[in-house]
Amino acid sequence: MLLKRGAEAELHVEDFTLHPLGKGKVVVKHRVPKRYRIRELDLSLREARTSLEARLLSDAKRAGVLTPPVYEVDRENMRVVMEYVEGRPLKEVLEEMGREERRRVCREIGRYVARLHRKGLVHGDLTTSNLLLTPGGDLYLVDFGLGEYTSSLEARGVDLHLLRRALQSVHFRIAEEAYREICSAYLREFGKGGREVLARAEEIARRGRYIGREERGALLRDGK
Amino acid sequence: MLCLGLEGTAHTLGVGVVDSEGRILSHVSRVYRPEKGGIHPREAARSHASQVKAAVKEALERAGVDLRDLDLFSFSAGPGLGPCLRVVATAARALSVLTGKPLVGVNHCIAHVEIGRLLTGAVDPVTLYVSGGNTQVIAFEEGRYRVFGETLDIPVGNCLDVFAREAGLSPPGGPGVERLARQGRRYLALPYVVKGMDLSFSGPLTEALRRHREGEDLRDLCFSLQETVFAALTEVTERAVAHTEKKEVLLTGGVASNLRLREMLEEMCRARGASLFVPPPEFCADNGAMIGWTGLLAHLHGVRQRVEEAVVRQRWRTDEVDIPWRR
Repeated sequence: MLLKRGAEAELHVEDFTLHPLGKGKVVVKHRVPKRYRIRELDLSLREARTSLEARLLSDAKRAGVLTPPVYEVDRENMRVVMEYVEGRPLKEVLEEMGREERRRVCREIGRYVARLHRKGLVHGDLTTSNLLLTPGGDLYLVDFGLGEYTSSLEARGVDLHLLRRALQSVHFRIAEEAYREICSAYLREFGKGGREVLARAEEIARRGRYIGREERGALLRDGK
Repeated sequence: MLCLGLEGTAHTLGVGVVDSEGRILSHVSRVYRPEKGGIHPREAARSHASQVKAAVKEALERAGVDLRDLDLFSFSAGPGLGPCLRVVATAARALSVLTGKPLVGVNHCIAHVEIGRLLTGAVDPVTLYVSGGNTQVIAFEEGRYRVFGETLDIPVGNCLDVFAREAGLSPPGGPGVERLARQGRRYLALPYVVKGMDLSFSGPLTEALRRHREGEDLRDLCFSLQETVFAALTEVTERAVAHTEKKEVLLTGGVASNLRLREMLEEMCRARGASLFVPPPEFCADNGAMIGWTGLLAHLHGVRQRVEEAVVRQRWRTDEVDIPWRR
């Protein structure tokens, strides 16, 4: 059954006979070819993203972030088979939930991001569509398709900046409040150096705006 | 109702006369071209200042209207280069005071979207706005144009221009790169940088320049640079389309003239059941008509500005602007 047709992949829910509990549901994430880009680029992007995603999902779990367990990585067909998580995308529920619950969820998000960053991971696509809330209140982080292994201040800053942008574009009514909550939890969990990451995220927000030629030149020269 | 729009955010000084039915009666452009190197804001501003009077006169003549026939003046208040913005703001204030007619400052990026909607018939598109000064993926959600994706460093048009300039191609850089790219055969992997919905072009630019210095074939480099950065633009646009579930894509800005970029977006739209819209080239580039039209939309929906409030905003964000005409 087709669960979702995203921009780069199709998610199918299937029965999985090799499921550890005997029988269960899995999500198959299939990165489909994109005909708009040339074959070499298409293959290399899909291959790299498929194997990277599987590794990131496991390493994120080790860092203390709930992610769906991965059962199979099929590099031939660009498929990742993982546990089906019963839950709703945070995108659908974040605004309707109570204030206290939202604070709890935002703090959890902040802790998740900090744990990833401390272990040298960035998610690369932090949006409320990529966070699932289970009926039991557990928060799952999914879709590591644009993630990477890096400890650079820039990558961490971009990660947080994107989350803020996602909040602003979809949940603008509560975006600032949510982002503040996320940041304070991030700071606590990350510890030393957390402030620098938040400052970098602010700087990136400014940089993406219209910048004068002199500033652009400086960026180019610095090779940022 | 007749509006005269003044565009002056960067290279182009544009003057357009538009009526409230959306008819473009005239538009005149004067493009500042530096003798060498990139744009120098003060030089561009000086060039605009020396030409604005003649350009206004020409626009009025071509439209067959008199200064007294105009009901409204609008100008590009930002985002853009401060000195250039101040030239058109000053001109608009002077015209407003002289005639006693109102004026309104409009957002340049939103003007690109609005003229695109007017001329192509796209109703509610995801807009990919790509030029030498801006790279944004914009979509209308809940009363505002929201930026779904944008460059984290340099605009894509700037990436192509700088590469062309450093590689010794004659300006304008984008078309030069496009021409050579058509002869390229070998794809050389360059950094492909998509961060969520955002993009970065300094990585592929730096790498392409490095390979050029190493003596790599320029045609292959142009081909590879285009394939890499346009694929990234198309991917981010597709993400916005998937996210917003809109069925239209509007491509605009100076880089919209690139046929390879159009082809890629066309293919992406086909696969998603969406349609691609591209305004005529003269209205993809910066122009006065888009400022005139957007000024009319704002004025007709109650946006009012006193002359002393009509100032420039160099970093005016697309998502800061209220859009009463789409309520």
